[in-house]
Amino acid sequence: MSSIKQEIKKRILVLDGAMGTMLQQYNFTEEDFRGERFKNYPSSLKGNNDLLSITQPEAIAEVHRKYFEAGADIVETNTFSGTTIAMADYNLEELVYELNYESAKIAKQVADEFTKANPEKPRFVAGSIGPTNKTASLSPDVNRPEYRAITFDELRIAYKQQVEALIDGGVDVLLVETIFDTLNAKAALFAIEEVKETQNSDIPVMVSGTITDASGRTLSGQTVEAFLASISHIPLLSVGFNCALGAEQLKPYLQRLSIATDFYTSAHPNAGLPNAFGEYDQTPKQMQQLIEDYLQDGLINIIGGCCGTNPEHIKAIAEVAQNYKPREIVILA
Amino acid sequence: MTKTKKYLTLSGLEPLVVTPESNFINIGERTNVTGSRKFLRLIKEEKYNEAIEVARHQVEGGAQILDVNMDEGMLDGVYAMTTFLNLIASEPDIARIPVMIDSSKWEILEAGLKVVQGKSVVNSISLKEGETEFIRQAKLVKRYGAAVVVMAFDEVGQADNYQRRIDICKRSYDILVDVVNFPPQDIIFDPNIFPVATGLDEHRKNALDYFQATKWIRENLPYANVSGGVSNVSFSFRGNDAVREAMHSSFLYHAIQNGMNLGIVNPSMLEVYDEIDKDLLLCVEDVLFDRREDATDRLLDFAESVKGQKREEETAIQEWRNDPIQDRITHALVKGIDAFIIEDVEEARLMSNKPIDVIEGHLMIGMNVVGDLFGSGKMFLPQVVKSARVMKRAVAYLQPFIEAEKDGKQEFSGRILMATVKGDVHDIGKNIVSVVLGCNNYEIIDLGVMVPPEKIIEIAIKEKVDIIGLSGLITPSLDEMVYMSKELEKRDIKIPLIIGGATTSRAHSAVKIAPNYSHSVVHVNDASRAVTVVGNLLRKDNTVYKEQIREEYDKFREQFLKRGRQKEFISIEEARKNKFKIDWKNSEIVKPKQLGIQIIEDFDIKKLETYIDWSPFFRSWDLHGKYPDILNDVVVGSQATELFNDALELLKRIFDEKLLKAKAVFGLFPANTINDDDIELDLSSVSLSEVEDKEGKLNFLTLRQQSKKAEGKPNIALADFIAPKDSGRQDYIGAFCVSTGFGTQELATQFEANLDDYNAIMIKALADRLAEAFAEYLHKEVRTKHWSYAQNEDLSNAELIKESYKGIRPAPGYPACPDHLEKKTIWDLLNVDENIGVKLTESLAMWPAASVSGYYLGNPEARYFGLGKITEDQLKDYSKRRGISNEEARKWLNPNLAEN
Repeated sequence: MSSIKQEIKKRILVLDGAMGTMLQQYNFTEEDFRGERFKNYPSSLKGNNDLLSITQPEAIAEVHRKYFEAGADIVETNTFSGTTIAMADYNLEELVYELNYESAKIAKQVADEFTKANPEKPRFVAGSIGPTNKTASLSPDVNRPEYRAITFDELRIAYKQQVEALIDGGVDVLLVETIFDTLNAKAALFAIEEVKETQNSDIPVMVSGTITDASGRTLSGQTVEAFLASISHIPLLSVGFNCALGAEQLKPYLQRLSIATDFYTSAHPNAGLPNAFGEYDQTPKQMQQLIEDYLQDGLINIIGGCCGTNPEHIKAIAEVAQNYKPREIVILA
Repeated sequence: MTKTKKYLTLSGLEPLVVTPESNFINIGERTNVTGSRKFLRLIKEEKYNEAIEVARHQVEGGAQILDVNMDEGMLDGVYAMTTFLNLIASEPDIARIPVMIDSSKWEILEAGLKVVQGKSVVNSISLKEGETEFIRQAKLVKRYGAAVVVMAFDEVGQADNYQRRIDICKRSYDILVDVVNFPPQDIIFDPNIFPVATGLDEHRKNALDYFQATKWIRENLPYANVSGGVSNVSFSFRGNDAVREAMHSSFLYHAIQNGMNLGIVNPSMLEVYDEIDKDLLLCVEDVLFDRREDATDRLLDFAESVKGQKREEETAIQEWRNDPIQDRITHALVKGIDAFIIEDVEEARLMSNKPIDVIEGHLMIGMNVVGDLFGSGKMFLPQVVKSARVMKRAVAYLQPFIEAEKDGKQEFSGRILMATVKGDVHDIGKNIVSVVLGCNNYEIIDLGVMVPPEKIIEIAIKEKVDIIGLSGLITPSLDEMVYMSKELEKRDIKIPLIIGGATTSRAHSAVKIAPNYSHSVVHVNDASRAVTVVGNLLRKDNTVYKEQIREEYDKFREQFLKRGRQKEFISIEEARKNKFKIDWKNSEIVKPKQLGIQIIEDFDIKKLETYIDWSPFFRSWDLHGKYPDILNDVVVGSQATELFNDALELLKRIFDEKLLKAKAVFGLFPANTINDDDIELDLSSVSLSEVEDKEGKLNFLTLRQQSKKAEGKPNIALADFIAPKDSGRQDYIGAFCVSTGFGTQELATQFEANLDDYNAIMIKALADRLAEAFAEYLHKEVRTKHWSYAQNEDLSNAELIKESYKGIRPAPGYPACPDHLEKKTIWDLLNVDENIGVKLTESLAMWPAASVSGYYLGNPEARYFGLGKITEDQLKDYSKRRGISNEEARKWLNPNLAEN
């Protein structure tokens, strides 16, 4: 079976779209979130999307299936908040291993179905590793700038648990994404390297940062190039950006990134900027045009969608992606 | 995919790419506690807001990387590094540039790596502790995502010639690239910039070797970078900025030509290369490239001329004799010249109405000049003590005339009682403060050493003193001072207390002494501050000052007590589990050639001259710097040289006239560690006529570190360096006491009678140095002959001072074993008192003061360490082992007990 490292040399790979947007359509109630197992759980669990991998696994599998049908090469596991740090909000720290392991298994099963049906187009699973809800390099208290709500070691330990479970569950690649504080990401990368060393594994790693606004910086203040310098110390499959901005706003930063790195590049922008009601209303057609712009300039190796995108968007993106050659790695003498 | 774009790329909030086109990358160095006194003070006082301003200033001044260093003994480096880096992370205009995390301690480096989001530089790692540790650290640096400075340093030492520089760099590079897979562009070599023109032949090629090594690295180690601290090169010209600036810029110019691409440079200490005076440049470059045999001398000559009127001063030497009388007296006092003082004072007396007017007029005017110069840092302590000598002689000459006229006594500004507290014999510092205060017209009542509290109180009342000054050097003296403060309060005495001496501190005074006493308590750490403090305390309207002091200390105490960051401790059981582990199966143990006790009675003290470590001698005179560099320091250099010459003169007398006697006793014994922390000496197998009734056994009790250590770091006790009994191997230990103090007190008294405080202090300072030198000498003899585990040792004095030898000689009362009670054990074991006459006071200070005692541990892995704080469980355990009450144990170990 072909590996993702081989496939990425041949063509532009398509990543899936939003998981949250899709799950909203199910209108799950508190009871649905709880399922049988957490029927009597003392606190509310509604909104804990990661938990659905255990309580509503069919729905998760269905979303993955829809994205693969739309033409995605890679789907992300439903584990964006799968760390003890993020799960602390629901007092579900104990569940972290199971959540990640089950999520990976569900996605892998669906991927294998599709690969079997069409071995020419192997499908992959990326283990989604979110930023957690705390920042290691920013103080939450303006009066105590030296204070930190979380330390590097706490993050490293939490990420290590998540990474081990994702790998045990069978993911093909790890995706450290939506990075708004580079120090958090460095802790995740540190944990990944530790796990890779102890398991003697060579699992590829994707890194995707978030440029928060028109300042062109991450939330923690780094420019594109500074961010890149901070995470390039371990071999990455790809580096890119996702979330916060639409394809149009993201383009100048992708251009800079594409020039500065000799890793493969990725992007999964939002479906435009949110409207006055906080909804994303960019159509698949509009987004397709903007993405085609990337492709014409040869900026991208992996392309997908973030907030507000659905299988229709991914279908449109996949259609246009197959017409272009992947970005070539610039070899600077 | 070929990666060929291999430039060092760093980042803060913004990137820094070092390409061949980049100009030299300038690293800001003021946020370094080892290089900036101001920064150190700010960090010590936790004035982080001001410390941030230092960083901001650096960035605004053009620094492209910010070097942050918190390596100072009194600082919690991990805490300071973390706090400071977290704070500057919140300042976008500072956080813009990358950070260089600078420390010689791995735990501090790692703490820094855990808080920077950008790509930083670690400064530094090296092969100093061997390949395994080097690889471990390099792997972690890589995993944390930082570049690294690698020092040209290996298991043998620092690279000090061209070949060693390139050999070590090549070896480091190969390991990093081939074994650790470290990106070669992330390696920055520091091939050691050392001073030139020091006068020592072995330093002549320091600059040239650096240039050539740099060139070699850039040509032979692909993508690696080269850095260094430039100001080192001009170390011997400190104070002479014109020469230093020229040296820096010329050095930098050539270093860059040879491939240096980053460096720590103070931009304000840099001349434009093209604007350097051509003659000066020639001299500088002759030195840098070692082009002429006499290059150093020529640069020194040139430096003199740049420095200014030095030569003219010499020709003017006798001209001052033609000045008016007041100018002559002032000159004599400022310069400490007593050759003409009697004739000048006589001349002044004949011109005055009353002899007392000469003291209150001419002499006081002169002494005020001395006081002002000293206060503003333009005169140094040894000079002031010499001024005092002139003053004393002048006053002594006038005394008979004053008494004959019976027109009253000299009016003093105040009366001060000075005493070294009960149980303590150390008085150099106290004597210096007394002399300096004496110079400032205070009347000193000096009660000497080992003064019981009752006597201090009795004299204080009887003589109506205005201030009581307490001094002490050993830790038990701290408790004596606490006791004194309580006694004063009990008797409702209202005299301000000033506290000084090596172990005292502002923290101790504020936390342990001030609360006991309703009147002023002030800690004074040097002689120059003593004058200001005493002046303020004795001002008429001193209430504001006293309140201020009280408030300051209250606040300090509060802050001190609620420092949120308590150190973490582990239980003594856990600490014992985490002991320093030696592989006893394979460890090298050598049986001493001669077991038992030996006495050295009449030692030729002259042999010790080459073993003297001079740096502490200068420190005892408040002159700070390393010998021999201090002699060329342009701030204190000339003063240090003068002091040094005076010292050598007196030393010669000591040798020629055999003024001091040196004696020693030492012993080597079979020993094993038992119950983790005790060292059991087996005296049965040694024939010891000297040791009676010891029933063949005697134990040394050691204390164990209890602070929570980083993973892999042990909690050490001295006992760890001796084979445990159950290992089945016989190990050995030694103990010793040396003294060069016999005769010191008599000589000091003679000098004092001669109104020569300068030499009275000098003789004690020298005796102390000789005692340390004797300890060094004897240790070497033991290593190479008596124990003979290091027969082929060949170390220079500088290497001895750096403790490069195998094995250690820790001393009770010092960091590795702060327990003074161990001295009693050594005294019992070696019969020290009977054999050589060195005694222990009730606080266990040694008398004569110029004595050193301790143990010998011979294991190659034995090393010096600091015990740090211990907790209640060890205290309890210790008192049981020692067979004393918990309270008594607490009294002795008080300074090492962690606060609850």
